[in-house]
Amino acid sequence: MDLTVINDTQVDVLLSDLLEYYGYDFTGYSRASLKRRILRLYSLDKMVSFAEFRFKIRNDQVYFKRFVEQITVNVTEMFRDPGFYKTLRDVVLPKLGTYPFIRIWLAGCSTGEEAYSVAIILKELNLLNKSLIYATDLNPTVLEKAASSMISLSQMKQYSENYILSGGTKDFSSYYTANYSLAKFDEELKRKIIFSTHNLVSDHSFNEFQLILCRNVLIYFDRELQQKVLNLFDESLEHLGYLALGTKETIEFTNISKRYKRLVPEKIWRKIV
Amino acid sequence: MNGCKALVIGGSAGSLEVLLKVLPALDTDLSFPIVIVIHRKHGTDSLLPDLLATRTKLKVKEVEEKEALLAGTIYIAPSDYHLLIEQDHTFSLDYSEKINFSRPAIDATFQTAAEVYGKQLICILLSGSNSDGVNGLKTVKDWGGEAAIQDPDTAQVSYMPHQAMINVEIDHILNADTMGEFINSLS
Repeated sequence: MDLTVINDTQVDVLLSDLLEYYGYDFTGYSRASLKRRILRLYSLDKMVSFAEFRFKIRNDQVYFKRFVEQITVNVTEMFRDPGFYKTLRDVVLPKLGTYPFIRIWLAGCSTGEEAYSVAIILKELNLLNKSLIYATDLNPTVLEKAASSMISLSQMKQYSENYILSGGTKDFSSYYTANYSLAKFDEELKRKIIFSTHNLVSDHSFNEFQLILCRNVLIYFDRELQQKVLNLFDESLEHLGYLALGTKETIEFTNISKRYKRLVPEKIWRKIV
Repeated sequence: MNGCKALVIGGSAGSLEVLLKVLPALDTDLSFPIVIVIHRKHGTDSLLPDLLATRTKLKVKEVEEKEALLAGTIYIAPSDYHLLIEQDHTFSLDYSEKINFSRPAIDATFQTAAEVYGKQLICILLSGSNSDGVNGLKTVKDWGGEAAIQDPDTAQVSYMPHQAMINVEIDHILNADTMGEFINSLS
């Protein structure tokens, strides 16, 4: 990857184009990562000049979609960090199980692996029928993939191991049907997941939830945007609801931290005030 | 080098014992931060910083995202995230695809550091069995910084420093016994 083909000023130019032409605001994203993603796409698509690249993004809707999909990170896993899912299974969801209805928001769901993971745990706790998972992402393309409930079969060995480490005791393969190189998850799981676009930067709160999961999304935002998004979560979380972040993310040092109590050692906080 | 602003050390297989030898030799008043990116298995998180902290009086910590780099502190890249350095001298983390089958990838940290620190950066590539870090060293040179490697002849696994030697114009070839002294001289 040649790091000199696009400089910081040119990154700024692209970001203001995105905002002006499409209403997508990436200006609060951490710059080093974003720039690497942009450079990666530039070289992947064999662009010859910055001018060509910029023109294509501004004038070609299809390419714009690809651009947004590629500059955001869509790497995800089922039952990533098994210890986290074990706490969800043993502590958080049983607590929420006492409610008549459980609303969960999974923000930045990418291709849906986390949503299906949560749905599997809910099913095993006999809570799936009274639950609804709102899985959102800013990216329509990944949501289409998520809604197809198909995941590459080659990943299943790893996911099955994660599932067992997270306290799962069933046969993991009973949740999907293998179809050539793809695993298709049961309709029953998908029925309780609503996949929808939502942009954390520009969209507002759309419901009240008892659990919000947003893992490994805030790392891509600068401090100011992190604070803004945490406020959005705070507004969208019921009293005694839970907020779950990625292993390297925190609400400490933000203006909402005083109202939350952490479930140590996990990055899960309960809204206590 | 005059006025070193940051030192980044990358390594893989066989690099831990080098660090365990080098850290005790470091002065406690270094005028720049040291960032260490070592390939390791996901899930062994807190062990490495604790282990390294027993070998030096310098502050050793695993990086928190958005944390500022401070002189005289040794920062360890967390497992399973790429570690990037921002223009405002803070860290950011990135969970994108593995690079060279690695996350953290040494290349990602070397390259972002090169853009930020330019001529005042020095990067050292230690023992290892893949070529992660080699492209990063090239970038460091492109931006005017200095590239150093552990002598492949004394490295436990010579592949990584050897690849660097073949592909990049190396400024310093070091061995574990004198590396500490070399780092102190940058201050």
